[in-house]
Parts: sequence; structure tokens; C-alpha cells
Amino acid sequence: MTLPVLVAAALFAGVVAYGLFGGADFGSGFFDLTAGTSARGAELRTLVDHSIGPVWEANHVWLIYVLVTWWTAFPATFAAATETLFVPFLLALLGIVLRGAAFAFRKYSGTLAQARLFGAVFAASSLIAPFFFGTVAGAIASGRVPADGDGDLWASWLTPTSLFGGVIAVGTCSFLAGVFLTADAERSGHPVLVSSLRRRTLAVGLLTGVVVFAALVPISRDATTLSDGLTGRALPLIVVSGMAGAATLVLVARRRFVPARITAVVAVATVLLGWGIGQYPWILVDAVTIEAGAGADQTLVALLVAVGLAVVLVLPALAYLFRLTQSQRWMHE
Amino acid sequence: MPLLTDVMAADPAGLLPARQQMALSLGWHIVLACFGVAFPTMIFVVHRRGIVRSDPVALGLARRWSKVSAVLFAIGAVSGTVLSFEMGLLWPGLMGPFGDVLGFPFALEGLSFFVEAIFLGIYLYGWDRLPPRQHLLMLLPMATAGVVGTYCVISVNAWMNMPTGFRIVDGEVTDVDPWAVLFNSGALLQFAHMWVGAFMLVGFVVAAVYAAGMLRGRRDEHHRLGFTVPFGFASVASLLQPVVGHVLGIRLGQTQPSKLAAFELATTTEQPAPLRIGGLLVDGEPRWFLEIPRWGSFIARGSFDKPVRGLDTFPTSEQPPVNLTHVAFQSMVGVGSLLALAVIVFWVARWRGRDLRDNRWFLRFAVLAGPLAVIALECGWIATEVGRQPWTVWHVLRTTDAATDNPGLWWSYAGACVVYLGMTIGAWVVLRSMARRWRAGEENLPSPYGPQRQEA
Repeated sequence: MTLPVLVAAALFAGVVAYGLFGGADFGSGFFDLTAGTSARGAELRTLVDHSIGPVWEANHVWLIYVLVTWWTAFPATFAAATETLFVPFLLALLGIVLRGAAFAFRKYSGTLAQARLFGAVFAASSLIAPFFFGTVAGAIASGRVPADGDGDLWASWLTPTSLFGGVIAVGTCSFLAGVFLTADAERSGHPVLVSSLRRRTLAVGLLTGVVVFAALVPISRDATTLSDGLTGRALPLIVVSGMAGAATLVLVARRRFVPARITAVVAVATVLLGWGIGQYPWILVDAVTIEAGAGADQTLVALLVAVGLAVVLVLPALAYLFRLTQSQRWMHE
Repeated sequence: MPLLTDVMAADPAGLLPARQQMALSLGWHIVLACFGVAFPTMIFVVHRRGIVRSDPVALGLARRWSKVSAVLFAIGAVSGTVLSFEMGLLWPGLMGPFGDVLGFPFALEGLSFFVEAIFLGIYLYGWDRLPPRQHLLMLLPMATAGVVGTYCVISVNAWMNMPTGFRIVDGEVTDVDPWAVLFNSGALLQFAHMWVGAFMLVGFVVAAVYAAGMLRGRRDEHHRLGFTVPFGFASVASLLQPVVGHVLGIRLGQTQPSKLAAFELATTTEQPAPLRIGGLLVDGEPRWFLEIPRWGSFIARGSFDKPVRGLDTFPTSEQPPVNLTHVAFQSMVGVGSLLALAVIVFWVARWRGRDLRDNRWFLRFAVLAGPLAVIALECGWIATEVGRQPWTVWHVLRTTDAATDNPGLWWSYAGACVVYLGMTIGAWVVLRSMARRWRAGEENLPSPYGPQRQEA
């Protein structure tokens, strides 16, 4: 493995982590948005506060990790992507800003009316962010970002791959969040909430599955390099992802929520990995390879030192946070 | 205005809105970044006092401050993310060629932010869930990460002022040394200036809140302690800051003489140079200033008879916007000196047995000191950033070459104005309502949409 590929792998590990953890936080917005009136949704919205409250900021930092590693290791491709995909990047950013701010504001708002306003902003922006990140991924994967960054500001991402990518991202995040929230609701003893969440998680999962199938033909025509990779080198991962997704549906249907969390994570992680391996060796598909886009070797080495530090300092702390939030004492008010 | 239109025609379409948007988002974020850096340390002091002395007042303060930090750190995190995106969205001409030169310190800053976010989550939700002493310790990684993160970010800004760690051969960047960027010789002093500034800002702002409460007659121990702890931090910081700032300023004569000339409103080289207080450049001539002989040389060069280079020794194309730089610089120095004087007055009076917390005029000033500290910090950033113009990276990359040529940037800037206004109002409304409910005796602030509230 060459130095640039090693750093690209570390970068992509961040993409997978953000997709899983950040994605699940975003997905909670879908359930919050569809929880109904303030009286009916009270229990669920409190569960959302409780489940993502302690972790969303830490999970959000994976995005910073990805951005920083990208511009440090592959600077020209970062500049090219932000120039061409200016609009979806900006809209994803809008979603991120509104989500984080409104989530914090809602928890401490003084009146129900204010909480409703902030809650609506929080929940809606939770869907905006993954949608536009999905379009960015779709544009990169379908070769819409030229090396010099002067791709069309609109046509580059208003494509089948980008738009399906956006919808699939929203669906995947929601499905992941549904599985996690259902498990949390069961553990904290909310049987009514469990059954309503379970029903809606199944619906979201099935719908997302249908969209993925519907997208297969348009994407394979629109993004040939990617689809060659997905049906070639990355095929085992895609098969595993499909099986894990189906297994998650079965487990949720049979009320086995704890193992369902594992299969859901496997399903999402493998599809993200499949995308990365599918578009290898390109960093910007059909435009710039990982080798060609890499910055100075000394910087790549320094970045690997930073990644090593992250493994030593950040991962244990992150594990501690997750262990605490999953412990019994943490669950009651 | 033929000159202005000529300049605009040559500039990329995104230059002006990119500068405006960067100034807005950086100017907004920096206030919250200060809270991220300094507030955990202040919370640690009251929280520790609460535990060690079994002091319910101090513990109550720590609880409330941690809830306030939940709101401030959330909008700080997202407004910091805006800056990460904007590096690419607004400045592709910087990030494309120089991303691998300046990126490494940002990677380490990312790690610090990771640590801070993780322990923030643990600390905020750890109340009544973790053993008290273990809970208190969660603040230490946060405070440490704030220091490391500040150093890393500031090292990049110092690198923009004093670029190092690379060579340009035939227009290509080569011989990149990321460690030389991280440990560049300008970083430590600039970091000290920002770090101390963060404690000034947070100290004076938090103290102002409790000073306002005392002015309204709430003179209980809660308000006294809530005032004294942040004011204590602000006192130390505002006495250190003139020293740090002075040492930092002396360097400018060598590193960025045109910035120094703008700071000093020096149109021609003078030896010794006077200190000009106030004043503006009108048609190339300084007007309306108060002149103190020789002190310009002392402040800029550390000696009463060294020369200060004038703006006329630089071609027009390499001069910064003089008036904005000069006014911002002197406002920073003026406000900083006023705040330093005020803390001296407070502690001298205290030493002589007078408690100025009982003095209404002093409390009124303390309320004003919060916004003043914010103004000083903003002015400092305006002075250093505008003073570096026309360069983004000193004598390496012009801002015109760094900016995007995206013609739609005015839309994004307008959107940013709306979003930041909305977030400011949102934060204000929520923080005010938290304070109101606390005064009404509601300590835990349950969410208004929770099940308990719905049934009540």
C-alpha cells in the first residue's frame, strides 16, 4: 500500500464513521419530524434528546476530521470539489448549522411555542444535511468534478446518481436511527414508543430498499466507473450489505432490537466501504487518482502521525463516552 | 469613482463577498471559540470549590454554567464547521496550492476538538450520574484541548503572517515541512495573545451578567461569586495582555512593516516616530490626531529613537486599507488599556478595604466591560487581518488569487447574514429564558415538550 492510499484509507474510515454515527444522529430528525403533535410526540422527542444529546457533537467531529484530512492530504481535489459542488456543500452546511443550533435551543427553550419552532428547524435540517451530502458523494462518484474545479454549478449534481444518492442517504440515516432509537426505547422501558418506532423503522427500511433497487439502473447508466467497481471489486461488500439490511428488517420485525443494531451498522458500513472500494483508485472519479491528487509526502506522514494520535487519544475517550451513555445509570432521568 | 471600478474589474467576482462572509463567520465564531477555550477552566474553579468546600452556591453556579455552555458550545461547534467549509468554498486559491502546507495543524486542532466534544458530552450529562470528583475531572481534558486547539489554529494564522515550511520553485510548491508550519517562530506569541484574549472576553462577559444582576438589587452570594470568579480571570488576563501585545507588536517592524505603518498612521518614515492617537487618513494626509513625540518609536520598536517605516516606502499595490487597520488597532489598544486600568482600580480599592461590587458606577462599568472586551477582540482580528492585505499569505499569495471566482457568492453571503442573525436571536432568547426560569426558582429546566410537562 502506498502512502497516499494509506492516507486515503484513513480519510475514508472517517467517512464511514461519520456516515454511521453522524448519520444516525441526522436520522433521528426524521422520527422527530414525524412524531406528531407536541402531546403525542412528547415521549419520542424526549427520547431523541436523550439518545443523541450527549453524543452528537462528538459524532459531528468526524465531519471535521474528513474535511481536514481531505484538504491536507489531497488539497487540489478538495478545492476542485468545493468549487464545482459549491451549492450542495453550502446547503449541507446550512443543514448542519441549523440542526446543531436548533437542537440545543429546543432543549432549553422557555415555551412550547419556541420549542415547536426550534424542533421543526432541527428535524427538517437533519434531513437537509444528509440529502446534500448524498448529492456530493453522487457527483464525485459519477465523475462530475473535473480536476480544475470548473464543473457546472448546477448540472454537476442535478443528476440521477446525485439525487438518488441524496434520497438514499436520507433513507439510510433514518433507518439506522430507527433501529437505534427502538433499541433505546425498549431499554428505557417505553413499550408504546417501541411499537410505534418499530413500525416506522420497518416502513423506512422497506422504502429505502425499494429506492435502492429503483436506482440501480439509472445509476449504472449515469455512473459507469462506479457501477463497474460496485459490480466487480466491491461486489462482495454490496452483497453483504444487502444481506445485513434484510437481516435487520427481519430482526426488527421479530423485536430483536439489540442484534438488529449490529446488522444495521454492518449494512451501512459495508455499503459505504463498497462505494470507496468501487471508485478506487480515483479520488475524483474519472478525473484525479489518489496518487495524482496527493499532497507532499512529508505532510502525508505527519497526517498518519495525527491519525495514530487519534487512535490512541480519541478512540478510547469515544469508547468511554459510548459505554457511559449505554450504561443503566445513564438511562434514567 | 473610476479607481474603485478599475480595481473591482480586475478582481475575481467572489473577492468582496468572500471577504465579507469570512469576516462575518470568523468574527461570530471567535466569540464562541473564546468560550470553548476559557469557560471550562472557569467552570472547573467554581465546580471544584463546590465539591471541596461543600459550597452549594458554587455548585449551583457550576450547574448553571454547564447548561449555558451546552448552548454556547453547540453553536460554537457548528459555526466552527462553517469555517472549515469556507476554507474551500471561499478560498480555493489558498487551499488548492497550500492545503498540504497549512493543513497539518488543522488536523491536530480537529483532534483537540474531538477530545473537547467527547468530554463535553460526558460532563454535561454526567451531573448526578457520575461520582462527583470523577465528574469534575472531565473538565480537565476539555480545558487542555482548548489550549492545544487554540495553539494549532493560531499557528496557521501565524504562518499566514510569517510563511515558512515550503519553497516555491517555478510556481510549484515544494519541500513542504508541516512540522515547521506547526512550530513556526511566530506561533507562540500570537497564541499567547489570543489565549489571554479569550480569558479577557469570557471573564468580562460572564462578570457583566452578574454585575447587571447586582445592579438590579440581587446582591446575594450567588451573584457575588458569579461576578468574582470570572472577573478574577479577566483581571489577570487584562494585565498580561498589554505585555504580550507589546512584545508581539515589536516584531512587526521586521515581519510586516506595512501593517505597522498602518497601525501607526505613519505616512512617511520618521525617526523618532511620534505616537498618533486617533486620526484618519484623508486624501493621503493624517488628520484629527493627538501626537505624542517619540512614543511611536517606543511602542513599535521598543526604543525611543528607532525609525518607523512610512507607508510611502511601499508601492500602492502593497499597502493595506490604512484607516480600517489603524482605527481597529487603536480601538483594541484603547479598550484593552481601559479594561486593565479598571481592574487595577478594583483590586487597589479592594486592597484598601473598599468593595467596589457595592458601587453602582463600578457595576455599570462592569456591565459595559463585557461588550467592550468583545469589541477589543474583534478589533484585534480586524487589525491583523486587514493589515495583512493585500496578502492572504504574506508576500506569497495575494487575496485576489486566493478568492473564488464564483459569481453567486453574494447570495451565499446574504444567506449567511440571515442565518447568523437568526442564531444570534435564538441564542439570546433561549439564554434569557433560562436566566428567567432560574430566577423563578426552576433549577433543572426540563424541556417544555417533555412528557411531564405535557401531563401537567
